[in-house]
Order: sequence, then C-alpha cells, then structure tokens
Amino acid sequence: MSKEIDLGRRRAITTGGGMGLLALFGGVGLFRPSDALAEWNKTAFTSKAMDEALGSLGAASPEDNSVFIQLTVPEIAENGAVVPVSVASSLPNVEQISIMVDKNPNVLAAVFSIPQGTGAMVTTRVKMGKTANVVALVKADGKFYRTAKEVKVTAGGCGG
Amino acid sequence: MGKPMKIRAAVKEGVTEVKILMQHDMETGLRKEADGTLVPAWFITEVKVQYQGRAVLEAQFGQSISKNPYLMFHFNGGSAGEKVSISWVDNKGDSRSDEATITG
Repeated sequence: MSKEIDLGRRRAITTGGGMGLLALFGGVGLFRPSDALAEWNKTAFTSKAMDEALGSLGAASPEDNSVFIQLTVPEIAENGAVVPVSVASSLPNVEQISIMVDKNPNVLAAVFSIPQGTGAMVTTRVKMGKTANVVALVKADGKFYRTAKEVKVTAGGCGG
Repeated sequence: MGKPMKIRAAVKEGVTEVKILMQHDMETGLRKEADGTLVPAWFITEVKVQYQGRAVLEAQFGQSISKNPYLMFHFNGGSAGEKVSISWVDNKGDSRSDEATITG
C-alpha cells in the first residue's frame, strides 16, 4: 500500500500537484510500479522543432518515407482544432507510435507505447495551427521509421 | 476529478477494439481570453488502458491533442463481459479512471 502511495506522490510532484487525488489513484492500483509508463517526456513534448523532438525520442535519424507506415489524414482540414489522424504499421514488433505536427508550437502531439498483443494501429485527433505536415514515427525492433503527409488547414485550431 | 469518459469496447474474432472519448479542455497555454489574458496550459499528459491487470496501451499526450481527446486501438484477446479500465492524469495532477464491459 505504502509503495503505491509513494508512487502516486512522485507522479504528483512531476506533474505539479493534485497529490491527494493521485495518492488515491495509486491506491486503486491503476498505476503500479511494475508496469508504469516512463515519466512524461517533457523535453520531447516541449520541443519547438522536428529535429529536437526526434532527438528527445532517441530517433535522430529515422528511415524516411517508410512504406511500412500507413498514415491516414484528411487532405484538407476545415477545422484545425480537430484533425483525425490514424497511424498503422505493417512492421513486425512495433513498440511505439508517435504523432507530430511540424508547424505547431510544440511539435510532438502523442507517443503511444504498444505492448505485445496490441495492434500496431492508433487513431486520435490533433490540433493544427496552420497548414503543416503530420508526421508518423514508428519504432519497431528498436529502429525508427517515419512518414509524413501534408494537411491543408483552412481555419487554425490553436486559436488566439 | 475529471469528467467521465465514454468508452466502447467490442470483441470480434478474438480482437477487442477500444474507442475512448475523454472529456478534457486540453488547453495549450497559448490561447488568450477576450481580454488578452493567457489561459494556462491544462492538458492530459498520460493515458493508460488495462485489461486483466496488464497494460494494453499507454500514451503520453502533448498540447497538440484535440479538446476531448479521442482514441481508438485494438488488442488481441478479450471476451464479452470482461472489463477494460482506462485512466488518465493531466499536467495539474487531476485524474480520472473509468471501466467498460467488453461487448460481443
């Protein structure tokens, strides 16, 4: 019990507050030490440029234009606030899928850890401030692969 | 405590497809109110999906994920009547956990 609460507290410090709730959360056992995700990658998620984000993910030189990645995005997004993105890969042993938007203030949108038994496919929705490339980065067998597609945005989604 | 998630988990031919709609404003920290004040960043940072006590998907989010985040994925296994549980935490330390029953 105390071990779980300690974990809750550690997480609370890194995410900046809400200790009580997190301690409770840890107590429920949903975030256990044995299978806890690596700490939120602050360096990667605050990266302002593609190279910086790739570096922070340990993917400095991915194999480009990968035919092993199927990236599905709309050609034109009328509403940049909600752009559907789907990434799938035919590579064996996919461990991680990341989604980036190269012209957004923070380029990295999401990193998914894919355990064994989970399909190498995720769908989500991202915000896009303006026309940009959506980049899918896939890690399989320890190696990184990348592909990109441009999405034309007619109304930005990071409104000011 | 965050608002409840909408979850749909359905098994077909031995593969369970999970669809999740979280309720969260996902503030980027770059948006301004009408009077020019900046709305502080407030967004989900981590999501975890569990089935039978093991993680079947873990995600880290940044500010670029849309308001009310949507996720779809699938994993091998699962039977009708079993549960999947989903939890998230945000950058202010708020959290939410919900469960759904797999349908056939």
